[in-house]
Amino acid sequence: MPELTLPPVVELDGVSFGYRAGVRVLEDVSLTVGAGEFVAIAGPNGGGKTTLLRLVLGLERPAAGTVRVFSQRIGYLPQRSRLVGEAPVTVREVVSTGRLAPAGIWGPLRRTDRDAVTRAIETVGLAGRADAPLRTLSGGMQQRALIAKALASEPTLLALDEPTTGVDAASQESLGLLLEELREQLGVTILYVSHEFGAVEHVVDRIVLVRGGIVYDGPPSGLPGVWHDPSHHHA
Amino acid sequence: MLDLEFMRLALATGAIVGLLAPAVGFFLVERKASLIGDGLGHVAFAGVALGYLLGISPVLTALVAAVLGALTIEWLRTRGGAAGDQALALVFYTGIAAGVVLVSKAGALNVNLFQFLFGSILTVSRNDLWTVLVLGIGALVTIAVLFRGLVATVLDEEGSRVAGVPVTRLNVVVAVLAALTVAVSMRIVGILLIAALMVLPVIAANRIAWSLRSTFALSMAFGVSSVISGLSVAYYADLPPGGTIVLVAAGTFALCAVGSALVRRA
Repeated sequence: MPELTLPPVVELDGVSFGYRAGVRVLEDVSLTVGAGEFVAIAGPNGGGKTTLLRLVLGLERPAAGTVRVFSQRIGYLPQRSRLVGEAPVTVREVVSTGRLAPAGIWGPLRRTDRDAVTRAIETVGLAGRADAPLRTLSGGMQQRALIAKALASEPTLLALDEPTTGVDAASQESLGLLLEELREQLGVTILYVSHEFGAVEHVVDRIVLVRGGIVYDGPPSGLPGVWHDPSHHHA
Repeated sequence: MLDLEFMRLALATGAIVGLLAPAVGFFLVERKASLIGDGLGHVAFAGVALGYLLGISPVLTALVAAVLGALTIEWLRTRGGAAGDQALALVFYTGIAAGVVLVSKAGALNVNLFQFLFGSILTVSRNDLWTVLVLGIGALVTIAVLFRGLVATVLDEEGSRVAGVPVTRLNVVVAVLAALTVAVSMRIVGILLIAALMVLPVIAANRIAWSLRSTFALSMAFGVSSVISGLSVAYYADLPPGGTIVLVAAGTFALCAVGSALVRRA
């Protein structure tokens, strides 16, 4: 594990987890993510990377070890297919649902909360489509809208699960640039979980490869060649 | 028609039911749990039968049974390790089986029971109107106050949980509201058809709406118009009100579906 000088936002210590008794998905995982870091968690399907994220988010409890998260506000982007359904929800409506943590669940949104929603929509470049139904947008635009939802609570930790699924290559590249901007402008810590990390390989600080445990944790430049994603090249 | 007291009562009660059923159904449809109303209807049937057996208000026992059924479905879905449809099937079949046994025991297989099963204009009393008014307005105010939280939870349950939203409590609120809707609507629409009034106006609105709020508003408008026009047709044509109301709602869906298809082609 790389030496970390930043204050930690996420700390996993000796974490093990299994969905069924006797079958461990993760074994003895220790990981620290510092404030403002951009970390890609990658690995093969079934390797445990989404489980690792769910443990960080408190959606699963470890069988052994401890998970500590020092961020008060977490913006979470689940896998896109679960959110874009039949309902004709607009960009502004879906982003507004991301404002619940600071605004509470009672009554209508206050002006400050509505302004925060508008800022989040502007940040991802969708100001002109704010009142368009989500299902009428392209895959890349839908992904931006859902990132705006995650940003609406002004989070200090942004967690994205397979954000490039169903998104074309150009939109994946633009997503990588957007996340880099967010990290630089807002100082937000980013956990980016994906089986393909080519779109962000040039902007992340670290790549953590997960296959039942952590098999690599370091800068992209130190990654063994066999793991690099050939579909993305950056000068 | 409006000269008659029983029709005024039926229309006033029906208007509240027409607003309430799609307002609650909206959250069930968006959560892909459209059939919960059906399951709760069958549990309410057991409640009605229990009311006859004990000699107390069938509406009250149906309400209690439907609330318990709703909480059981929610518990099985979230904690009991059963998938949503399995939880529903378990409660659905247990409810209808208990209803059949209790009805037989109470010797209540008669016209009164059929009024609960299929709805009746003649059975709505002033007391019923007050009960529906108080419970219906209470439920609608609850939805209005918690609207953002309920929407966030049905759209993205895990995301809301991560954000610290009390998802479990909000899901219980929706389950109890669904049970309450079934209980207060069964006089007009009938236990076996109330689920249709919770679902059909919402999926009709989904076809032509342009936002979540417009879906919600159109659902309620379609619900009220289906009940009022269904009751009127039932009165003049001497038809069962529950079936007529649901057929009008189904017709509304067909119109919306065709209209939406034509607009997409144009």
